[in-house]
Amino acid sequence: MNSDGVNGGGTSRERVLGRVRRALADVPRDERPEDHPVTRDYLRVHGERTPAESLDLLAENLADYRAHVHRVDAPGLPALLARLLAERGARRVVVPAGLPRAWLQDAPVDMLSDTPALTPSELDRVDSVVTGCALAIAETGTLVLDAGPGQGRRALTLVPDHHLCVVRAADQVVDSVPQALERLAPAAARPLTWVSGPSATSDIELDRVEGVHGPRTLEVILVTGDPRSG
Amino acid sequence: MSRDGARAPRGGAGFPQGGATYLGMPAFPQAADAATRDGRLRANLRHATHTIRAKRARAVAELDDWARLREAGAAIKDRTLRHLDHHLVRLEEAVTRAGGTVHWAADAAEANRIVTDLVRATGEHEVVKVKSMATQEIGLNEALAEAGIRAYETDLAELIVQLGDDLPSHILVPAIHRNRGEIRDIFRDRMASWGRPAPEGLTDRPAELAEAARQHLREKFLRAKVGVSGANFMVAETGTLVVVESEGNGRMCLTLPETLISVVGIEKTVPTWRDLEVFLQLLPRSSTAERMNPYTSMWTGTADGDGPRVFHLVLLDNGRTDTLADEVGRQALRCIRCSACLNVCPVYERAGGHAYGSPYPGPIGAILTPQLRGLSSPLEESLPYASSLCGACFEVCPVAIDIPEVLVHLRERVAEGGEVTVRGTRTVIRPAKGHATERAAMRAARWAFDHPGALRRGQRILARTRRLQPRRLPGPGRAWTDTRELPAVPAESFRDWWARTRGGTA
Amino acid sequence: MRVGLFVTCVNDSLYPRTGRAVVALLERLGVQVDFPMAQSCCGQPMFNTGYRHQTEPLVRRYAAAFRDHDHIVAPSGSCAAMVRDNYPRIGARAEAEGRGTELSEAAASVVPKTYELTEFLVDVLGVTDVGAYFPHTVTYHPTCHGLRVLGLGDRPRRLLERVEGLELRELEGAEECCGFGGTFAVKNPAVSSAMGSDKSRAIARTGAEAVCTVDNSCLMHIGGVLAREGSPVRPVHIAEILAGTKDPAR
Repeated sequence: MNSDGVNGGGTSRERVLGRVRRALADVPRDERPEDHPVTRDYLRVHGERTPAESLDLLAENLADYRAHVHRVDAPGLPALLARLLAERGARRVVVPAGLPRAWLQDAPVDMLSDTPALTPSELDRVDSVVTGCALAIAETGTLVLDAGPGQGRRALTLVPDHHLCVVRAADQVVDSVPQALERLAPAAARPLTWVSGPSATSDIELDRVEGVHGPRTLEVILVTGDPRSG
Repeated sequence: MSRDGARAPRGGAGFPQGGATYLGMPAFPQAADAATRDGRLRANLRHATHTIRAKRARAVAELDDWARLREAGAAIKDRTLRHLDHHLVRLEEAVTRAGGTVHWAADAAEANRIVTDLVRATGEHEVVKVKSMATQEIGLNEALAEAGIRAYETDLAELIVQLGDDLPSHILVPAIHRNRGEIRDIFRDRMASWGRPAPEGLTDRPAELAEAARQHLREKFLRAKVGVSGANFMVAETGTLVVVESEGNGRMCLTLPETLISVVGIEKTVPTWRDLEVFLQLLPRSSTAERMNPYTSMWTGTADGDGPRVFHLVLLDNGRTDTLADEVGRQALRCIRCSACLNVCPVYERAGGHAYGSPYPGPIGAILTPQLRGLSSPLEESLPYASSLCGACFEVCPVAIDIPEVLVHLRERVAEGGEVTVRGTRTVIRPAKGHATERAAMRAARWAFDHPGALRRGQRILARTRRLQPRRLPGPGRAWTDTRELPAVPAESFRDWWARTRGGTA
Repeated sequence: MRVGLFVTCVNDSLYPRTGRAVVALLERLGVQVDFPMAQSCCGQPMFNTGYRHQTEPLVRRYAAAFRDHDHIVAPSGSCAAMVRDNYPRIGARAEAEGRGTELSEAAASVVPKTYELTEFLVDVLGVTDVGAYFPHTVTYHPTCHGLRVLGLGDRPRRLLERVEGLELRELEGAEECCGFGGTFAVKNPAVSSAMGSDKSRAIARTGAEAVCTVDNSCLMHIGGVLAREGSPVRPVHIAEILAGTKDPAR
């Protein structure tokens, strides 16, 4: 379907593009789109850090924006998840396809596997969601979900009020935004969600308040070792 | 033009209450005059802008390479604008390939018609909206209302504005002119007529107010079939759209409905995926003063089993190509709507956002509105003068828009007339009405300054009559002496002193 | 070193004592000062109000008046900024309008040698202690064009800190515009006055006897508000402080 207006002898598409071209009469005819220089002398990473320091920075920045940060080694993950879910009194927990079932083996909860049939209203009656992520950015305290295995569709990490997100310390932590985008490029066509702390607003007197529409509690679990081989 | 979409009833000078509209707003000085006398408004604005100012400075100071990021941001935007036709065509191809449908709208009326038809085709009578400057600009909610479609604003501040029959007064925080007590009152009095009422005993604690908004909007999110958004960036290379937000209302609107309609200004295009690495560092630190905003959503067309099944992108011109045609003024199209310039502007702080008569207030509004709409009424003609040219806006702008330069350039169009582009056609405009006296005075001053002998005679007359001069001036001079004393005129000018003591000649 | 004093039209007509202070100060520092009578106004009032074409004769006049000087010193951040920032722009626009390079060349001939007074003292003469005496409490308001267009930084403060007897008081919100803005003050009187009032209250809170800037135009506005509000705080141009000595005859 295309509802573009047809006006004055041409479509709006041609009209707008024609106006753009006339507006740029001062740009030399032989200039190519990439010719105008962009100097990228900004930093790829701010500061030098060992992987352990990057992990510390990630934890610090996540906590600064009121995410709860936990650290555990791979064998301890199921027990930690069980404890965190129990502390919230979570009974119904939704998990995306591809999430290792073993992660929740210790948790006495009703585990719902995500299916496309699960409506927003049904998701609204779920207590918690457990996912992995595509990567995490240390400098900004950001988690990126790319709808890959163990992350699920976007609604899953949005409607439930409690999100537990597992980050593999060994290979999912990058330092900076430029590094993150470089790694995400192959996944660019998939829906991406960047999460930095729980839902927040600055709309009342420009002061930050945590917790509006997205999950009001974000728990991030930084796992050392390989949690996939559990 | 954008005012095609402006609203029905008329607001009072500077501070609209109830059934608000930008249409027929007075020129800036009159609206600002009313605002400066509103003590509560000034206190609200002062508190909010000073809160964010210090935070922004800290967030920016964390990055050693801020100046280089800023230069890169400006250069990427300039590169894009210089070949905007090329990038738009690439964007269209990429979005279409990814399963989206692209529409083109030359003006507000056309964009509104496209969106209205698309919503009608779904059979739905309501939409949920992500906060979007473009849809504010075109007056989409009013156009939908005329077609019997209710648009629910879901951003907390937009909700406050909508419930209060008010107008936005800030780009990032449209309800910045309201304090927590006023917000509580609006929620308590108005929520029930829009859906779920406010909880009993609601206080003015921000956390409680946010909770009330969560409960009020949740039922709307869960049943919504159509979402409407803008976008912060569109990547031509991949066809990816980006929305940067905080509350999660954006994610709700972008994810839960079956149909998503995004209305985006053509200047929001960036050429490549990699370019986002610059803007995703510049924008959050400049707007909410965070290292990263809580949520950023990126989507490319449609995805199987995840989010809307139907995606429409409406590319909006509405004066942008006219702005692009101005070699000095086009830098305004670099704007990423961070609102840092508003938060540091001493004029905005006193005048408030409504005085600017458009959804784009503050310094950026003063250069954007007259370009998007043209210098078409006394309001637009007054906006380039709504600045002391202090330059604080340029200093904080993350894409280095030299706002003072553009202000002065637009003042020239007002005062002297000259070549402009109106709806794609180059035309020469005459000087604005009401500037004849000023023009004559400026010519006379220039003549005197270019004839130092005459200047010196004038200085001497001034000196000889200094005891006779009134302390309060009539006419335009009253604007000075109403609140300020005049300087005392000296007995002898510097020039005469030099000639007398150093033997110079005139 | 031939130094031309660009006194500026505001100082010439309304604040000659500032011009005389610059002469006294520079001569005390061993600089020979020249005042070309052909000078007048930098053109800022016209340019900033939108009358670029009215400014052009004044660009030519300025360039001609100071053709033979090695340095041009102006006791005004705003007028120095007009020359340095806007003269090249005026030249470029004239070129774009197909009117040749004459104005660009005029601009290029003066831009590199135009200095605001404190810049000249610190950068060219290399002094911060100018041997001044001013036994008063003073607060310093950095004017916008000095601060943001010229980038004066801490030069004025460094000079003031070395003045004997002077006690510098911190001004809250110092970097906020005072609300003058040339014709802004009369085109938007309500906002301009509101800004001026806030500035004058901040000045009063310092408890200083005097407020000092590098620009008499801003001081005219600040001083006008202070006087109307009955404040005892005295507006003083920085040149007058730096010219002060213990010798009353000077």
